[in-house]
Amino acid sequence: MELSAILLQVLNGLDKGSAYALIALGLTLIFGTLGVVNFAHGALFMIGAFCSVTLQRLLSISTVTLDETKTDFLGNPAKITTPYVETWFGPEVGSAIIDWSVPLAILFAIPIMLFIGFAMERGLIKHFYKRPHADQILVTFGLAIVLQEVIKYFFGANQIPAPAPDAFIGSFDFGELIGMGAGTLMYPYWRIVYFLFALIIIAAVFCFLQFTTFGMVVRAGMADRETVGLLGINIDKRFTIMFGIAAAVAGLAGVMYTPINPPNYTIGMDFLVISFVVVVVGGMGSLGGAVLAGFILGILESFASMRQVIELIPGINQVVIYLAAIVILLARPRGLLGRKGVMES
Amino acid sequence: MFGLSRGDAVLWLFVLLLVLAAPILLNPFPESSALAQFNAGYPDLMQRFLIFGIFAVGFNILFGLTGYLSFGHAAFLGAGSYAGVWMLKLLTINVLPAIIISTLVAGLFSLLIGYISLRRSGIYFSILTLAFAQMSFALAASVLTPITGGETGLQTALNDPRIFDAANTTGNIPAPSLFGMTMGDSHQVAVGDWLWTFNVGYYLCAFVMMIAFYIAIRIFRSPFGMMLKAIKSNNERLSYTGINPRPYTLAAFVISGMYAGLAGGLMVAMDPLAGAERMQWTASGEVVLMTILGGVGTLIGPVFGAGLIKYFENIFSKINESLLQTWFSFLPDGVSDFVVTVIYPFVGKGWHLTLGLVFMLVVIFLPGGLVGGINGLYKRIFNKSNQAN
Repeated sequence: MELSAILLQVLNGLDKGSAYALIALGLTLIFGTLGVVNFAHGALFMIGAFCSVTLQRLLSISTVTLDETKTDFLGNPAKITTPYVETWFGPEVGSAIIDWSVPLAILFAIPIMLFIGFAMERGLIKHFYKRPHADQILVTFGLAIVLQEVIKYFFGANQIPAPAPDAFIGSFDFGELIGMGAGTLMYPYWRIVYFLFALIIIAAVFCFLQFTTFGMVVRAGMADRETVGLLGINIDKRFTIMFGIAAAVAGLAGVMYTPINPPNYTIGMDFLVISFVVVVVGGMGSLGGAVLAGFILGILESFASMRQVIELIPGINQVVIYLAAIVILLARPRGLLGRKGVMES
Repeated sequence: MFGLSRGDAVLWLFVLLLVLAAPILLNPFPESSALAQFNAGYPDLMQRFLIFGIFAVGFNILFGLTGYLSFGHAAFLGAGSYAGVWMLKLLTINVLPAIIISTLVAGLFSLLIGYISLRRSGIYFSILTLAFAQMSFALAASVLTPITGGETGLQTALNDPRIFDAANTTGNIPAPSLFGMTMGDSHQVAVGDWLWTFNVGYYLCAFVMMIAFYIAIRIFRSPFGMMLKAIKSNNERLSYTGINPRPYTLAAFVISGMYAGLAGGLMVAMDPLAGAERMQWTASGEVVLMTILGGVGTLIGPVFGAGLIKYFENIFSKINESLLQTWFSFLPDGVSDFVVTVIYPFVGKGWHLTLGLVFMLVVIFLPGGLVGGINGLYKRIFNKSNQAN
């Protein structure tokens, strides 16, 4: 097997791994702070993806004018649609805005996701702190079904494409860059963008927790909620904000994922199952573990999809993540980086 | 009676009566009336009520008694279905061996998965079972195609060996039967405008279901059942008394796996077709929904929940917009349009939305499920009248 083939699989694993890592990071954040197992997290990812679809549709709202000089094939006057943004900002800027709708959706999605996160925590999750984990799983599972059906009602069941900006369409030739010959290692631009974006978000979350006073209080609360509360700090309020941030992380992961995989209403559930496996493999409550496990499992999955590997062990590409999860959980009961005493009752 | 306490015997006889009379009870509306589409008394749906009832009763033995939440029980149902179809193909078109073998195969399969998964508890256990079930689903849909039929599914064919049956390579594919009684056969009785269908397959399901329900009651009331309840309430204390809980949980896991396999076997006995999607995790989620909705840890709850969800899935989902229009046509135009617009997202194709909402409400307000809620209400009224005395 050639080196370039191996490198290609590593690269392929990175973008899927980034999505796993981002979702798992949010899940772990919620679990570590509030002690809640959130099965609706995949639905938050899906809502994020639909934020970018919605923005794209909003931007494409157009006026229709009839052009009497041209006719279509039925002899009627041809319709010319002009999006409002083009009339407002001029054709050049307007079409650029539409072209960049997916990155712009980041700005659009952050307030929405924060709001949904706050509403979810205050409205529902708050009442489930003291209930058993099974109840938390079940109620958030119900919520996930509801959110999914609401999205299905408004957007239908089909996948809706939301393309990346024209500037990022095409592939980058890594082969030429590292001197292995042109065309041996092609990698789509948008996937590079997604990977870098994920790294930035992950770094931002870690910096926020590590280097700000707010983050310090949150970490203290994760370690011992009661003592922090006794010190006169309103830890509940901070945890609510962390829930909002976790929702925003999941949402942003969804926004940027739309060009890679056109979303439909089940995309959240598809990712949720794997993300839970990722979280558990990383160790419940360990942020570093979630990120590490996300990338490891993503890369493992792409290696298992190689033709040579499938020929050797048929069907391995379908099951490698679950197989890895079973092996890791049996060998390391608390996952890769799990702490003692979390979720062991 | 048969080792049941008086209360349990009454419950069992009550369920028996309901099940026997179901073809009549579930068809309350005359054929020609507009409400006839709410009739659930057709064989296909009634069989499903009972089969999923068995599945949920078995799941409840694990989740309701020990508190271990398995997210992979559909794998056992699927394994049972495949084993059942193979028996119909290889041995005989008689469904008896198929049902027995599918129960045993699912039992062995659950012994293997349970032995590994039960090394962990809590969410780790849930994820392990989920991982195993997803693996089974992925393998059944791809690599194991020679055994499982892949995505098209496994079904009986004309040139199957069927070594115990007389050679038959002409004519139609034989339909599953029990000693000559074909499962699909029905006897229809018309009384006035009512049409009742008494189906052979349904009564086979009813027979099996009543046995399964009886066994479940005995398990609930046995010392073994008490041990399982002890595991749920305080596993740690149980191990301090010198008892190793593992064999008990494993036994509960295997029993509930066998119930799932039995349900799978009955499913193929009614309709000899097994597909991989039966093993998908959404199918596992469905049985969790049924159990919780009806009432986890109660005897009758899971059956009730299974019936409710299957009824919603088959009847509620058929309501469409024009039907709603005719229902509310007695209202003034604007109002009826408004009412239809408000209700429409919750019925028809949107019935999952209603299901999700109802499920959330049950988990939030009635942790004991619908049956638990009714019991609570009953007790409250009963206690109040006691105080008055």
